[in-house]
Amino acid sequence: MPPRCEFQDMGHYSALAVAREAFRDHRGWQRVWKSPEPRRRYDVIIVGAGGHGLATAYYLGKNHGITNVAVLEKGWLGGGNTGRNTTIIRSNYLQDASAAIYEKARALYETLSQDLNYNVMFSPRGVMMLAQTEHEVRGYRRTAHANALQGVETEFIEPGRVKELCPIIEVRGPRYPVLGALWQPRGGTARHDAVAWGYARRCSEMGMDIIQKCEVTGMRTSGGEVSRVVTTRGDIDCGKLGIVVAGHSGHLAEMAGFRLPVESVALQALVSEPVKPCMDVVVMANTVHGYMSQSDKGEMVIGGGADGFINYTQRGSFSHIEETVRALVETFPMISRLKMLRHWGGIVDMTGDRSPILSRTPVRNLFINCGWGTGGFKAIPGSGWGFAELMAKGESPLCAEFGLDRFREGRFIDESVAAGVAH
Amino acid sequence: MLILTCPYCGIRCDETELAPGGEAHLKRFGPGSSDEEFEDYLFMRANPKGVHFERWRHVHGCGKWFHAARNTVTLEVYGTYPAQVHEPPQEIRDAISAKVPGWRWKDDS
Ligand SMILES: Cc1cc2nc3c(=O)[nH]c(=O)nc-3n(C[C@H](O)[C@H](O)[C@H](O)COP(=O)(O)OP(=O)(O)OC[C@H]3O[C@@H](n4cnc5c(N)ncnc54)[C@H](O)[C@@H]3O)c2cc1C
Ligand SMILES: [Zn+2]
Repeated sequence: MPPRCEFQDMGHYSALAVAREAFRDHRGWQRVWKSPEPRRRYDVIIVGAGGHGLATAYYLGKNHGITNVAVLEKGWLGGGNTGRNTTIIRSNYLQDASAAIYEKARALYETLSQDLNYNVMFSPRGVMMLAQTEHEVRGYRRTAHANALQGVETEFIEPGRVKELCPIIEVRGPRYPVLGALWQPRGGTARHDAVAWGYARRCSEMGMDIIQKCEVTGMRTSGGEVSRVVTTRGDIDCGKLGIVVAGHSGHLAEMAGFRLPVESVALQALVSEPVKPCMDVVVMANTVHGYMSQSDKGEMVIGGGADGFINYTQRGSFSHIEETVRALVETFPMISRLKMLRHWGGIVDMTGDRSPILSRTPVRNLFINCGWGTGGFKAIPGSGWGFAELMAKGESPLCAEFGLDRFREGRFIDESVAAGVAH
Repeated sequence: MLILTCPYCGIRCDETELAPGGEAHLKRFGPGSSDEEFEDYLFMRANPKGVHFERWRHVHGCGKWFHAARNTVTLEVYGTYPAQVHEPPQEIRDAISAKVPGWRWKDDS
């Protein structure tokens, strides 16, 4: 084993760098981000190094020039839902506020690899949401009209076109024939880990500290303002604090002394053995509660609905595998003979209207970004963009409607239909 | 896999036989309630890491609602009890206290 190298700036990743390293046995590659000891104080502390926390830090630096920032992570970077999701990216939501933030995110994904100089493997292969009941047909036609007004490119397509785009679908199934689909041609997938790693690398380059194995266990306020976090690696002072911890949001809010309209439940997914390419779009079937895509490695990536009870274990259950696969077999008969390889769970933060919370809190200078539930991977760049603006300037047009006060005031952003099986 | 015993039929049910019904012992504030009370009832949830009380329904069985006391981190079940109560019965509280030192039922209900 070579000695572990000290962190050095890697410089730009490029074909030239690959060639250069090829000529010296790849001995020049460096660690991608540094792992410093926490300092005593930062202008901004972000709790949670998932995609949303890291993207927030990145845009704080890039768009607002705030770089005295630490991102604290209790486990390892990207080890929460960001590293456990099925990576569907789309922006075909119904309400204007949602379309704005999800489409901002999708648009940023288009050029994220260039922006971060890190290949996030964004693959706009197209996302299809099947309509398998009359009700869904009407619902998706409505969404397609709403999307047209919002400037989000979607269309309602007929079963013939569905079959053309995805030949392995049985469109004449006995119970739930395919009646059409909502098609977003520039939706798709990206590599989840790479999104977290790419943002982390850029944050580190800007001089920010990403501190792993550092759990926040308490918060201190002075005069109604947040001033310090207590962590497993000592106390750290902060000017502003952002909580971006997905399923753990309720726990962190409790430390700060307020409650959230959020419940944390398990969401599960599984992948099959790798098979030859057979599906080059993402398909979601909300009536039967399942969705599927094929990874670059050839595995069929399969997911279903969330559990209905609170659970912090990050584990799956056999009944769920059964339920999800059973749901999909009629629509995708070929999966009935596939062997499933891996199955896992993540803890997702569900709100009453299935929309996120990007908000100030009752504690001054303490902000929260949560409630992305089953579908926040697609939103990472847009959420980071908006939340950074909210933290830096005190307000952000992208976040304006996602405040905590909407629940009291009855201004819900109801996406329970668009969220469907979710994702 | 979660297994709960229905307090009415005494059957040990796995989660596929049951329908989850969310946080237990919530009080619905009626007409004339403040916005805060109504928001609390509709949306605010305890969501604890640890001891939690829930409503469940034995849908593929006797069809009745009941309560369960559970740990959301270990998935341990402390017990189940009928739905017609305002708070967990003493024996359930004792079972929890025996396992979770320092745990107390909220006094403000
Ligand atoms: C099975 C599954 C499938 C999904 N599929 C999709 C999909 O196809 N498309 C989509 O858009 N979304 C999907 N999602 C949802 C998506 O994964 C999440 O919404 C998103 O990743 C949330 O990112 P985050 O950064 O907010 O949270 P996370 O990635 O969970 O990051 C939060 C971090 O905070 C850390 N943390 C928690 N408590 C503390 C503490 N006290 N101190 C320090 N750190 C702490 C955690 O360790 C974690 O790393 C899926 C989720 C799951 C579980
Ligand atoms: Zn029963």
